[in-house]
Amino acid sequence: MVIAAPSVDFDASRAWALSSEVSLRDEAFGALAYHHGTRRLVFLKSPELVTLVRALGSFDSVNDALDAHVDAPQRARYYAALAALQRSDLLRVR
Amino acid sequence: MCADSSLRDRFERGLAAPICLTWELTYACNLACTHCLSSSGRRDPRELNTTEAKSLIDEIAAMQIFYVNIGGGEPMVRRDFFELIEYAVGQHVGVKFSTNGTRIDEVAARRLAATDYLDLQVSLDGVDAATNDAIRGVGSYQAARQAMDHLAAADFGPFKISVVMTRRNVEQLDAFESLAEHYGAHLRLTRLRPSGRGVDTWDELRPTREQNRTLYHWLIERPHVLTGDSFFHLSPLGAPLEGLNLCGAGRVVCLIDPVGDVYACPFVIHDQFLAGNVRAAGFGTVWRESELFVSLRDEGSPGACASCGSYDACRGGCMAAKFFTGLELSDPDPECVLGHGEVALAQKVEVRRPVSTSDHSRRVSIPLRTRA
Repeated sequence: MVIAAPSVDFDASRAWALSSEVSLRDEAFGALAYHHGTRRLVFLKSPELVTLVRALGSFDSVNDALDAHVDAPQRARYYAALAALQRSDLLRVR
Repeated sequence: MCADSSLRDRFERGLAAPICLTWELTYACNLACTHCLSSSGRRDPRELNTTEAKSLIDEIAAMQIFYVNIGGGEPMVRRDFFELIEYAVGQHVGVKFSTNGTRIDEVAARRLAATDYLDLQVSLDGVDAATNDAIRGVGSYQAARQAMDHLAAADFGPFKISVVMTRRNVEQLDAFESLAEHYGAHLRLTRLRPSGRGVDTWDELRPTREQNRTLYHWLIERPHVLTGDSFFHLSPLGAPLEGLNLCGAGRVVCLIDPVGDVYACPFVIHDQFLAGNVRAAGFGTVWRESELFVSLRDEGSPGACASCGSYDACRGGCMAAKFFTGLELSDPDPECVLGHGEVALAQKVEVRRPVSTSDHSRRVSIPLRTRA
């Protein structure tokens, strides 16, 4: 499991998407994400996070995606979760 | 991989598909290791043929099982071995396979190195021929080292060296680490289970309590050493080890054996843990609906461990280790680090160890021939 902490490399003003090397499998708790390149398995621990991750690719920036999918009080938490996924190489800049 | 407790609870209730699926391709093996989990040796005439194996891979891909752990027997003795692993990779099912190395010559090493999404582990149970061959058979140490040399020469990248921890090799932990460094390999340590032919050798080969403590502290200092979540029964000794720290049998883990039988985990090849067969119903149906798996996901009772303050650390330990030593599944692990397993065994009026229901051991041993 990745530790949630903001990453300097994760620029939320840019457009990101799930890496083409990553597969997602829905589960009751959220989803499993498997990176076929690094062969690492990561747990997405809420269905809301899974929806957000899947939606990233259709927004011009992470900020826009957060605006559309996440209530303000939850924003920092979801931003941190995305940054952690990015550090595990699950997200790619578009 | 680790998880917080809410996720662990979720895993105990089962997933849509396994995370860790082991598929043993054949019971045929050119070695006869004394601790073989699957009592392998002779091929079973009912083993899945190439077409059936590919259908199974299709289903694994459709269920989004991202990778499969292939073993045996010795999987490389199957004539369609490369055909099957290349088919799996083509379906985006990653392959991690376990081999004794005897079939990895220069040509095979180059072919393996050229295949993407492929991990392999070479089994080695001692850092010298004397320690290793006493368990795995004469010539097996040299064969494994030759395989590693071929893999290194073919630039395979970091393969794994897979070691079953026994009373004879706990003292070699540092030497195993040096060997792995020598090859740029990852070291993987797993627990000796009293399963398969291990039923007969567990008493003499299992690490002592002191050795288990040594192993625990060695692992805590080396979170990069892989264990396949094998040693969670040691977690009550202190901080939890890397991993889920739970028995995943039928919940996040299962085994498909060479004839298509589905068991709760690779360590319980026994009728009592047989969930169904992939030929009859398809793997997905067995995984989702078998009575056995549904009941394993339903069990919340800590049994005899209820009053133990360490229950949360080890969740009662390994189901297979209990079953094959004659304990109840509600009893503590026989190697419980607090000694509760030994007490439970001592309290039995008569300890009856289960008799194997699937033995493919060769009746006569044949000498190992290795390729140069």
